Amino acid sequence: MNTPSPKIAVRVRNVVKSFPSGDSRTYALKGATLEARFGELLMIVGPSGCGKTTLLSVMCGTLGFDEGDISVFDHDLRRMKDGQITRFRCENIGFIFQQFNLIPTLTAAENASVPLVLNGVRPSEAERRASRMLAEVGIGEKAGSYPNQLSGGQQQRVAISRALVHEPRLVICDEPTASLDAATGQKTLELLKSSALHPDRCVIVVTHDNRIYHFADRIAEMEDGRVTGIYDNPKDYHHA
Amino acid sequence: MYRIALKMLFRDRAKYAMLVCGLAFCSLLMCQQSSVFCGLMMWTTATVRNIGAPVWVVDEKVEQANEVIPLRKIEVERVRSVPGVAWAVPLYLGIEQARLSDGSFQNIQLAGLDTGTLTGRPMTLREGRIEDLRLPNAVVVDQVAVEKFRRKGIKIQLGTTFEVNDKEARVVGICQSNRSFLGQPYVFTTYDRALEYAKPARKQLSYVLAGPIPGVSPKELAARIDRLPGLRSIEQDDLFWLTVWWYINNTGIPISFGTVVILGIVVGIAIAGQTFYLFVYDNLRYLAALKAMGARMPILAGMVLLQAFTVGFIGYGIGVGLAAWFGNVVLAKEQPPFYMPWEVPAFVAAVIIFICGFSAVIGLAKIARLEPAVVFR
Repeated sequence: MNTPSPKIAVRVRNVVKSFPSGDSRTYALKGATLEARFGELLMIVGPSGCGKTTLLSVMCGTLGFDEGDISVFDHDLRRMKDGQITRFRCENIGFIFQQFNLIPTLTAAENASVPLVLNGVRPSEAERRASRMLAEVGIGEKAGSYPNQLSGGQQQRVAISRALVHEPRLVICDEPTASLDAATGQKTLELLKSSALHPDRCVIVVTHDNRIYHFADRIAEMEDGRVTGIYDNPKDYHHA
Repeated sequence: MYRIALKMLFRDRAKYAMLVCGLAFCSLLMCQQSSVFCGLMMWTTATVRNIGAPVWVVDEKVEQANEVIPLRKIEVERVRSVPGVAWAVPLYLGIEQARLSDGSFQNIQLAGLDTGTLTGRPMTLREGRIEDLRLPNAVVVDQVAVEKFRRKGIKIQLGTTFEVNDKEARVVGICQSNRSFLGQPYVFTTYDRALEYAKPARKQLSYVLAGPIPGVSPKELAARIDRLPGLRSIEQDDLFWLTVWWYINNTGIPISFGTVVILGIVVGIAIAGQTFYLFVYDNLRYLAALKAMGARMPILAGMVLLQAFTVGFIGYGIGVGLAAWFGNVVLAKEQPPFYMPWEVPAFVAAVIIFICGFSAVIGLAKIARLEPAVVFR
């Protein structure tokens, strides 16, 4: 009996991205090809400077690309205008940044409510839903605290709440454990996997923290601007 | 997002306070100095506003209201002969010396009104009756005289006497008048008695005041009288502005006040512009994150503009409020001059809008160039 092929959330084909560098150009992506599926946590790993973050940026439409094709939920990014991409990002993508990027003058609930407000939800309703989300990730009692009153792990939980509060279909995480100690990093990934993963959602994590590789469903290895290997079992990557 | 923008602004207390203080100081400086300038200009036109007549006739060489070149008495009749003149009366205006009962002196602005009609009489009489001016040695003094004499220990009230050039003057009324540029109190009497008080001279008529018949405008009448050789005829409003412009063009007053106003604008732009730029710069990473999360440029622009104009509005309110409070205090003391017509706060508002707009545009330029992808770096 044939098993149905998994639904593809993000498809990247032969993407090239270069940046001007004096008179010449530096190529960050040299024909990267990758597919991310619904219901999986895909980790993009590789050494510093291999193009992981650039690939992440072009996949979510925050950065343009020179050649190739990218489609997210069957939307061809190349054919979309800037405004459409921004709107698409707003509705469909949740972000978790390395530095959290929580606005210091807003409380945890206000920070977490930002994507909802951007999607047109009334601020009071958005804050109510954000507080509920904070409770789900275990820091409901910190809803009124400012980022500087929270530990690194708590700040990352607020960031996770912010990424998930508007129920996006794609969650993009850039080095989510880079600013955390080992134990907090493990807990963060556990939380991310338990709260973010969903059959209709895809989670893409860029990292070079090998202590969290075992959380991945699949691992994409990058080197020199290309995806050099896809590992369906994270253990295979460890042995590779 | 606008609520979030305001929270970002209000909760960054140090920068918020700095922005509001900078704009309040800038507004205060511009509003207060402009109002003092306007007040000073109002002082220069006190005679025009205190006497009040549709048309003023003076010597053809006169350039402004405080410049008196005496005319011949016959000029009153010449003016009356012009078609369209309903009435024309003489007015004496001169600076005389009043001697108080304790022997001290006080310069006064003596106004001699037409004895029959008392044209040019003070608008508001606090005490006494204007008709009593026709009594022997009668004068009406203004509140400035009462205050100046009070400072010298003499209480002015109805019946008080003093001397003007060794002739007795008896107070029959106390009026409210606009303060003159040099601060001498106005003393009103009849034209004939004013000539008795004044030092003898060949020509003593200062102005001819005239009014038009129905159907003739003051401007038209002034133009007709102006055709008389040797005379210059000016409609009241024109004389007011002629005097103001004379002081603007011939004294250093506008330069000194203008310098402070420009300083206010520069300080405002420097403090507000720089602080707001820093505010935006410090929030750049978060604005980039918002951009990445899907905040479109018009939303971010709206947030920044709202923040800029909110501090502008609050700073403006505080600055103009303080200037008004200052005005209230000084008006009670009558010094320095202070007059805040609606144009002053409107001008300050325009400058504050410019400063806020300028500051916001600098910040927006930075945001517009911001790649949302920087949040991943």
